[in-house]
Amino acid sequence: MQELTFGTLIAVFEEIFGRGLFWIMVALAGLVTLAYIYVLVRDHAVSWRKFLWAQLSMPLGAVAAVWFLLAMTDSRLSDMGGPIDLIVLLGVAAVGAVGLAILVYTLQSLLRPPAQDG
Amino acid sequence: MPNDQSHIAHLAAGPSRRAFLGMAAGGAALAAAGAGQAQPVPTRARIVIIGAGAGGTALANRLVERLDGAEITLIDPRPQHLYQPGLSLVAAGLKPADYVVSQTAEWLPDAVTLIAEKAAAIDPEAKTVATEGGQTLNYDFLVVAPGLIQDYDAIAGFDLDMVGENGIGALYAGPDHAARTWQAAGRFAEEGGMGLFTRPATEMKCAGAPLKHTFLIDDIARRGGNRGKAEFLYAAPQGALFGVPIVAEKVRMLFDERNIDTAMQHTLQSIEPSAKRATFADADGAQVEMDYDYIHVIPPQRAPDVIRQSGLSWADKWTDQGWVECDQHSLRHLRYDTIWALGDVAGVPKGKTAASVKWQVPVIEDGIVSAIAGQDPTERYNGYTSCPMITRVGRAMLIEFDYNNDLTPSFPGFIAPLEELWISWLMKEVALKATYNAMLRGRA
Repeated sequence: MQELTFGTLIAVFEEIFGRGLFWIMVALAGLVTLAYIYVLVRDHAVSWRKFLWAQLSMPLGAVAAVWFLLAMTDSRLSDMGGPIDLIVLLGVAAVGAVGLAILVYTLQSLLRPPAQDG
Repeated sequence: MPNDQSHIAHLAAGPSRRAFLGMAAGGAALAAAGAGQAQPVPTRARIVIIGAGAGGTALANRLVERLDGAEITLIDPRPQHLYQPGLSLVAAGLKPADYVVSQTAEWLPDAVTLIAEKAAAIDPEAKTVATEGGQTLNYDFLVVAPGLIQDYDAIAGFDLDMVGENGIGALYAGPDHAARTWQAAGRFAEEGGMGLFTRPATEMKCAGAPLKHTFLIDDIARRGGNRGKAEFLYAAPQGALFGVPIVAEKVRMLFDERNIDTAMQHTLQSIEPSAKRATFADADGAQVEMDYDYIHVIPPQRAPDVIRQSGLSWADKWTDQGWVECDQHSLRHLRYDTIWALGDVAGVPKGKTAASVKWQVPVIEDGIVSAIAGQDPTERYNGYTSCPMITRVGRAMLIEFDYNNDLTPSFPGFIAPLEELWISWLMKEVALKATYNAMLRGRA
């Protein structure tokens, strides 16, 4: 690759998902992150009960992200050929796990504010 | 990019969210800056580009950004644009035929004129291009990027209508033929027998593709549990499996491992479809007959007639193929300084791939803009060629090299060029078409 600038990366992602879908996904990810920060600021505390559920959802997020990528790319786990492959795979799993955890925590907090929290 | 930025800014309208989304908008602004160009050069130059393939389209998009007032005309008779790197995937049943097809007009900026005709003649002295429809275009700068022609008539007994039947494949012939190639290859992968995988003696588009096809069909036969019923023979006119020695050795090792036999210095001359027999010429010119159940045919490849008849070709190199005589670093014609050769048609030792085009386009863009501005060009093409060499479904080797046959890995230390990796497969499967499309728009 000649030069991998941030602009090139954005252009490539726009082509993978389509310009509209890509920016909608970026906006959604941004919104969920904002909502997460919003509930943390609003509640002035982390709810450990909600955090437990978020943690329990993490393996699900990890497996789902890996499964999705393998299914979309005609790949299998046995195709892992070197260290970089494992790193990428673990990275995808980590992103899926953290992403789902944030989503689960945020949804719980939005649906059940602390006043109703048993 | 300004649109994306305003889109984000619009989303960021809520005051309480401004700080967070400001970061996102900052990222978009950074992206815009990264893609930024110098002030457009004012000019009234007439630029004609023959061919609206990967090279012609990408160059037109970039020149429109760099020049203000230039009259840019593309000449190409085919309304469809073909994403040729995808043909190997179509011929292995991994993608449908329409995966590689789009409309040429979709990729072109409004500011260029597309003439949907074939270029019939080039007069480099008078600086004119004549089209088949009888138009004559005057140019100040000409870029020849018509691609190449595949000389199927050179294989006696072969006809493109045969592809898909009786164990005959020819994936280079286009999307439909690649899909039909999969019909024949898929049947061979199930039923077994003798598979012959060939390549021509001439220069060719993506010399890795004949190897990829062999690897993919081998893997598909293995997955179906049918590999024991099949024999694979890779027959090529060259003495080595790949032009870059270190890669050739790696492929040789993989072929040994996969039980794929080779017949080097064997040139396909003719086939007898009714008898399923192919005839090769060996190193001494003697005829060698081989029976097959599946044969993959790639014919000799040459520059289009319009190039060869216009006196643009090398007189002392590739005389049977007619590639354009040009400097291998500037891609400028050696006898006509207002002409550049781009892509498959260029008479340079490497570079008949889309990745090469990606590196050639900025060089020619710089050459033309510098000529208009009266400056010396600074960009040079070093022969960069890239080949995500698929070695099975799910794995590839990301092979990149230059004129010196040096490996030029993009991600040294992270993605090893001679290792079969999943990430290299991901690049071919997911990122390559997206990068290619971004290149067509002049953005990568």
